Amino acid sequence: MSRLPRRSYKKKRMYNYLFATFCVIVTSLSVAALFTLIITIGIQGWHHLDIDLLQSYASRFPEKAGVKAAVWGTIWLCGICVFTAIPIGVATALYLEEFAKKNKITSAIDINISNLAGVPSIVYGIIGLTVFARMFGLFGTINDPLVEIGNPMTFFYFRLPFGSSLLVGGLTLALVVLPIIIVSSREAVRAVPSSLREASLALGASRWETVQKVVLPKAIPGILTGSILSVSRAIGEAAPILVIGGFLFIRFTPENVFDDFTAMPLQIFNWASRPQEEFHAVAASGIIVLLCVLLVFNSIAVLLRYRFQGKS
Amino acid sequence: MQDSNSTDIVLRAKNFSAWYGEFQALHNITMNVPAKNVTALIGPSGCGKSTFLRWINRMNDMIAIAHCDGVLEIENKSILNKSIDVVALRRRVGMVFQKPNPFPKSIYDNVAFGPNLHYRLTRKQKDEIVEKSLTDAALWDEVKDRLKDSALGLSGGQQQRLCIARALAVSPDLLLMDEPASALDPRATAKIESLISQLKEDYTILIVTHNMQQAARVSQQTAFFYEGELIELSDTEQMFTNPTKEKTEDYISGRFG
Amino acid sequence: MTGKEPSTTLCSNTSHQRGGRYLIWKKLIDRFARTVLGCAASVSIFTMVAIVIVLGTETYSFFQLEEVSVSDFFLGTEWSPLLGAQKHFGIWPLICGTLLVTLVASLISIPLGVISAIFLAEYAPPIVRNFFKPMLEILAGVPTVVYGFFALTVITPALQSIWSGIDFYNALSAGLAVGIMCIPIVCSISEDTIRSVPNSLREGAYALGGTKLDTSLKVVFPSALSGIVSACLLSIARAIGETMIVALAAGNLAQLTLNPGAQVQTMTAYMVQIFLGDTDAIGVEYKSSYAVAATLFVMTLSLTLIGAIVTKRYKEVYN
Repeated sequence: MSRLPRRSYKKKRMYNYLFATFCVIVTSLSVAALFTLIITIGIQGWHHLDIDLLQSYASRFPEKAGVKAAVWGTIWLCGICVFTAIPIGVATALYLEEFAKKNKITSAIDINISNLAGVPSIVYGIIGLTVFARMFGLFGTINDPLVEIGNPMTFFYFRLPFGSSLLVGGLTLALVVLPIIIVSSREAVRAVPSSLREASLALGASRWETVQKVVLPKAIPGILTGSILSVSRAIGEAAPILVIGGFLFIRFTPENVFDDFTAMPLQIFNWASRPQEEFHAVAASGIIVLLCVLLVFNSIAVLLRYRFQGKS
Repeated sequence: MQDSNSTDIVLRAKNFSAWYGEFQALHNITMNVPAKNVTALIGPSGCGKSTFLRWINRMNDMIAIAHCDGVLEIENKSILNKSIDVVALRRRVGMVFQKPNPFPKSIYDNVAFGPNLHYRLTRKQKDEIVEKSLTDAALWDEVKDRLKDSALGLSGGQQQRLCIARALAVSPDLLLMDEPASALDPRATAKIESLISQLKEDYTILIVTHNMQQAARVSQQTAFFYEGELIELSDTEQMFTNPTKEKTEDYISGRFG
Repeated sequence: MTGKEPSTTLCSNTSHQRGGRYLIWKKLIDRFARTVLGCAASVSIFTMVAIVIVLGTETYSFFQLEEVSVSDFFLGTEWSPLLGAQKHFGIWPLICGTLLVTLVASLISIPLGVISAIFLAEYAPPIVRNFFKPMLEILAGVPTVVYGFFALTVITPALQSIWSGIDFYNALSAGLAVGIMCIPIVCSISEDTIRSVPNSLREGAYALGGTKLDTSLKVVFPSALSGIVSACLLSIARAIGETMIVALAAGNLAQLTLNPGAQVQTMTAYMVQIFLGDTDAIGVEYKSSYAVAATLFVMTLSLTLIGAIVTKRYKEVYN
């Protein structure tokens, strides 16, 4: 073996060191991009940031433009999305983890869910438009509904088809985040040790009782964390809202779930796509507001995660 | 010493102690490992045998809280200096682990991995080394027609012999074996044991085993470890028929273990 | 977990009438709960079915229209559905725009994502990891409109100062922003895969005299390859489906070009153009957006399916 040409150990050490340095630089590039993004947008939007921004509606004049309608729209959308997606998502996760037998059907559902997670959000927008807003044209058109109950200016109002409304927007966003909630809830449920389940069943509890009294309480922190993160994803989605018909120039806050609406990301998109520089500044301030909201949400989720990890 | 081919000492340990943080795992170990022999380390679990092995090829460098004291030399040069190249050391000291750990590559690439790290070789030279190592590990006949197949397709015993071949490919001065047959079935174990007896003609082997009969079968010299101390070191035949220390006798006759 | 209930006959004490009825009630609730949960689970199936049906039927009715021919759609190289007289419906300019942006994005996200993953999984001490991981999570949480705005107001002017021949709306700007957005996707999935490679393999490599570089690149990386490939496919699918960034920064000119500095229109940007406009639901332009959406859906579905198959197949072999 001593006849064979040896590689240089000095060179090896050098390559080792160089590669480690290279890795640090590359990883830092991503962080640098993030900081550049935050700082440049902050600079652009800083001076326009004041309480008027939150209290005014969209306007043709950039100095007067505000995000009030958009903020309220986002809040309503969030609420509808949360109350739809979380129950369905958690229920699906519980069914798949606790009740369903492991056969071809369940693995097909698994593949289906991961495929749904990869569908672009604009496609969900199109589905929402066709199925919820226009309802295939079965109940008349959007502007001329077949069924109308109540006064559109009050809270108690119902119409078919649903039209370009908050309800449709919320339901569509629920579809977008449903796969994410299912996946994170499944992980939370899976993390509950099976010894607890077995103990409960051995004492004579039925499957549902075990789920209700043993599994669910332990899994709730994880489910909550995943749900909050999904909702913050929903807050930032503009494409589905655009397709459904969130309007770009709304000057009122919604009265009921069937009202016309806009949302923060959409309003920002509108301002950003205008040629005037001043509207770009307004867009930047809108972005700052949006990012602050998201920061609050994500911090709650992270705090919950640490508290949950600390307990176990 | 029975059947010793030389009186050279490959590994010398003198008052060697080792700690994991505050816990002392080894107390003043003094022993010599002679060349072209099989030396067995026996003793109950957790008594420091594997720790000792891992210091010899400096695998414990990866554990931040591990530190040591004393003398540990290979061919009269200390291996504990911060300045020595650990990579060069590990070419000269090979290791086979308890659970076979072949890389998810072909059989050929597994065996050629070590030589590729340390030498610049032509295709022909690599082929020769792979054939010789697999032959030495008593695996060549079984795999010579499927060198390009994945190593993970082999049985447990074959995988372990592959790992031995992989370790032999760089012609180490000392081969460390940490309970190499404990994860294998009896038939595969027997094959490994006869392989070890053959290997001592060309290699020096230090084997850790919790199976006393195995130590009696394959080794020429045995060291008995208990709670981090070297209780007794002697010829295998003598240790198992006429141990000098009481603790050794208790362990061998199964009073504890 | 087979979903079977434990037998209650041993526990039931028929001398207590209330006990017997209580157990029947429990059983009913259990059945009811199971059904309700099962219905919830079927929502995901219905969603996929709805997507396929809606896109399928509308695309079919699109091809039934007089001005449209199937061969023109799949083979034509001009996309001009909004021209008055001479409408063309060749899909390739839109696909080309999408792929150009995706290519630029992947050239950023895949190398940066994989190297970051190797760094975080193999080299970084816990303190460093605890700094970088939240940063990457923040990158992942930024809404795409914000990236689009960043591309429009920061990246494009920066590129214009270096490359004077570049259009204001161009694929490169958008591609860079999409790439940055996709880095966390590649990084987090790859990192999980790399961390799940058993330590016994690393020890084997070190024991043979491998340096950290040898071990990471020659043993760990090949072992994690299936997960890394799947992460890359997911990132490409995400880039293909990206809407807001390209709508803001890439432009609305559907042309067949390989020049990243030129204005392009992606499939998603075209859909935005239609839905922002005032076309009625029966017109050919409106229906064309469904056809484009169907194409988009098929492309992303294929990628996610291939990614799932790759992980499933090669994960077993490895262990």
